[in-house]
Amino acid sequence: MAADNAIKMRAQLKGEITEIKILMSHPMETGRRKNDLNEVIPAHFIQLVTVTLNDKPVLEAQWGTGISKNPYLTFHARGAKVGDKVVVVWHDNKGEMNSNEIAVAQA
Amino acid sequence: MQRRDFLQLLLGAAAATLLLPINALAAIWNKAAFEATTVDAAAKDMGIAAETLSPDIQITAPDYAENGAVVQVEVRSNIPNTEAIAILVDKNPTSLIANFMFSNGAEPFVVTRIKMAETSNVVAIAKVGGQYFKGRKNIEVSENGCG
Repeated sequence: MAADNAIKMRAQLKGEITEIKILMSHPMETGRRKNDLNEVIPAHFIQLVTVTLNDKPVLEAQWGTGISKNPYLTFHARGAKVGDKVVVVWHDNKGEMNSNEIAVAQA
Repeated sequence: MQRRDFLQLLLGAAAATLLLPINALAAIWNKAAFEATTVDAAAKDMGIAAETLSPDIQITAPDYAENGAVVQVEVRSNIPNTEAIAILVDKNPTSLIANFMFSNGAEPFVVTRIKMAETSNVVAIAKVGGQYFKGRKNIEVSENGCG
């Protein structure tokens, strides 16, 4: 069974471009919402996402609370080959983190 | 060295080690920019100045979004050597949504899903060397997605 903060990802080689798609499980709470008891739900959101291709950074993202719940991301790397390693890591404002990795596949 | 001093030293070292990732994150994450309540203030906190409106910064998104909690936006810069793209929303409680930095051949292109509180311009600002170029698109929102 997948953990509740799992990361799903895919890296597909399409010609010269490798399309990397990432779906993270995270509440992305803004800190402005209230629960049924009218209590403020504390902010809980991913602040930093880094993606590496064969250990070299290709994307570094800083996020605020405006990214939707269960964040979704697609971007394109260049120069990858089938079997190359893509690693994603996120860190949130509570000091939690998660990571996942996948090998580049032919589309 | 007295035992008490030694213990304090040890505790201090342990605390420093444990806190390092959070401190490192705090140093990277642009708190001021993410807490800014207008696009201009957030841009200023990011060191963005004199951004030029450019047709080379393309935002692909729906004209109309029923649910502001999930609005998919695609941003592309057609300007060579684009290093970073920031996405901002004019009328959200805090304007800066995200800043994406590309390196080692990654294309200045990103698709993500954002929250929008109300009908507003979405602004994308690309960093190219010391210059900044922006694109914008109005999205009509019927249901507040910022809670």
